[in-house]
Amino acid sequence: MDVVIRNLHIAFPTAQGESVAVRDVSMRIGTEKLGIVGESGSGKSLTARSILRLLPHNARVTADELSFDGIDVQRASEKQMRAIRGRRAGLIMQDPKYSLNPVMTAGAQIAEAWRMHRPKGQSRSKREAMQAAEDLLTQVQIRDPKRVAAAYPHQLSGGMGQRVMIAMMLAPDPEVLIADEPTSALDATVQAEILRLLEDLVSRRGMALILISHDLPLVSHFCDRVAVMYAGRVVEELRAGELARASHPYTKGLLDCLPTLSHQQVRLPVLVRDPSWLE
Amino acid sequence: MTDMIEVADLRVHFGPVEAVKGVSFNVAEGASFGIVGESGSGKSTVLRALSGLNPDWTGSMRIAGQALTPKRSRDFFRRVQMVFQDPYGSLHPRQTVDRALSEPLVVHGIGDIEGRILRGLAEVALPATARFRYPHQLSGGQRQRVAIARALMAEPEVLLLDEPTSALDVSVQAEVLNLLSDIQQQRGLTYVMVSHNLAVVSHLCAQIGVMQGGEMVEMLSADDLRAGRAKHPHTIELRTLSTELEET
Repeated sequence: MDVVIRNLHIAFPTAQGESVAVRDVSMRIGTEKLGIVGESGSGKSLTARSILRLLPHNARVTADELSFDGIDVQRASEKQMRAIRGRRAGLIMQDPKYSLNPVMTAGAQIAEAWRMHRPKGQSRSKREAMQAAEDLLTQVQIRDPKRVAAAYPHQLSGGMGQRVMIAMMLAPDPEVLIADEPTSALDATVQAEILRLLEDLVSRRGMALILISHDLPLVSHFCDRVAVMYAGRVVEELRAGELARASHPYTKGLLDCLPTLSHQQVRLPVLVRDPSWLE
Repeated sequence: MTDMIEVADLRVHFGPVEAVKGVSFNVAEGASFGIVGESGSGKSTVLRALSGLNPDWTGSMRIAGQALTPKRSRDFFRRVQMVFQDPYGSLHPRQTVDRALSEPLVVHGIGDIEGRILRGLAEVALPATARFRYPHQLSGGQRQRVAIARALMAEPEVLLLDEPTSALDVSVQAEVLNLLSDIQQQRGLTYVMVSHNLAVVSHLCAQIGVMQGGEMVEMLSADDLRAGRAKHPHTIELRTLSTELEET
């Protein structure tokens, strides 16, 4: 399974003409953990979502190649895309509060995902689906899967909600998991737990992971490879362990401006944006 | 140096739940005190009780020697100002920056509105052209600068900061943190800052209180925290999480 992106451009029409959000982005993602890092508006989410063709309607997408396991995403029919979305590639979003259905129990939502994507010819009874949902909740390390399966999203904490989300995305046993800021809404301790869980599940099931975040140190801790995006471009690609060897001034700037516990600074270095980065 | 803020045995109840269970701390004039903890630890509730947003509390709180009552005087709201986490939510979407900044001046009957707004914008390094913009026309960092400028309009002595940089990009976070320390030096303000980010809190605050389950489980200096002289297991856990990521 390979996701290939070659010369991706995403633009939006505005009153002042076209505003280009992503330009010349190329990447190839195999069975690995890729992190995409950048600030708000850098185009990281748009790039990842273009793989699932989940972009706003007015987005103008062009690419020399945009394919998911050989399927041309730009020309695929809606039916073909539905076979990819959820089934072969799951999307985990930032805040479980907004992405879970508030009037369905956690178990029912996971069971629905499981039944929906069950291959034809295999049994998909409700009872089996509920059992599968509880199994999945156990896999995401929920201690009392029965209770959580019967709970509504508002009865769950942020970390629990995010585990439910992950369980739901795992239900169809996808090949790729796209996690868009999966822990930004969570506490530091929970954040580490969720990422460790994701990492563990991804390696155990042999899935690919695309982790989108604004937190460079965090991403490099959990990924094999990191792509740094700035103003719609990939400015640097690094092996995760080689963060210290970053050469692009933007990447260095991002690392420097973080306050750290290990060494004290009276003033934080501020990122000075060089117009030449845009060329 | 005298203590600007004295909090002793503060308790806050929400129905049957005790969200803050007897918290005490003092902050010297011109100093910064940071409160860290996870969601639900009660850190924001302490700040809200201090700011007068939560009238149901027991214990004693003093600011500049004056005991605080559940209902606060107008003078209190001039002396103590607050900056919130999400500048989207804390600025009125249909009011211009000019209106947001002039309101505290009108409320407190302070004159020279024109001059103060221009100086206020300059102080937080916003261009004068931002004055007649609406919040949606500004970036997240600019909006937080407006929120800080608004808090400074009434010339307060105490600034309460509730996760002031959590909603911002790291590059913008550095700018806002630098701005906050500059303003503190120039004006001799006293800060109480709440955050879940240990590194951010210890950057700005010399003294730190760690909260868990409504209690302040440990108080220590930022230097002790950096050197790893934390005693409580929760502090050590938070510190480990924070340093683990830095080491990669």
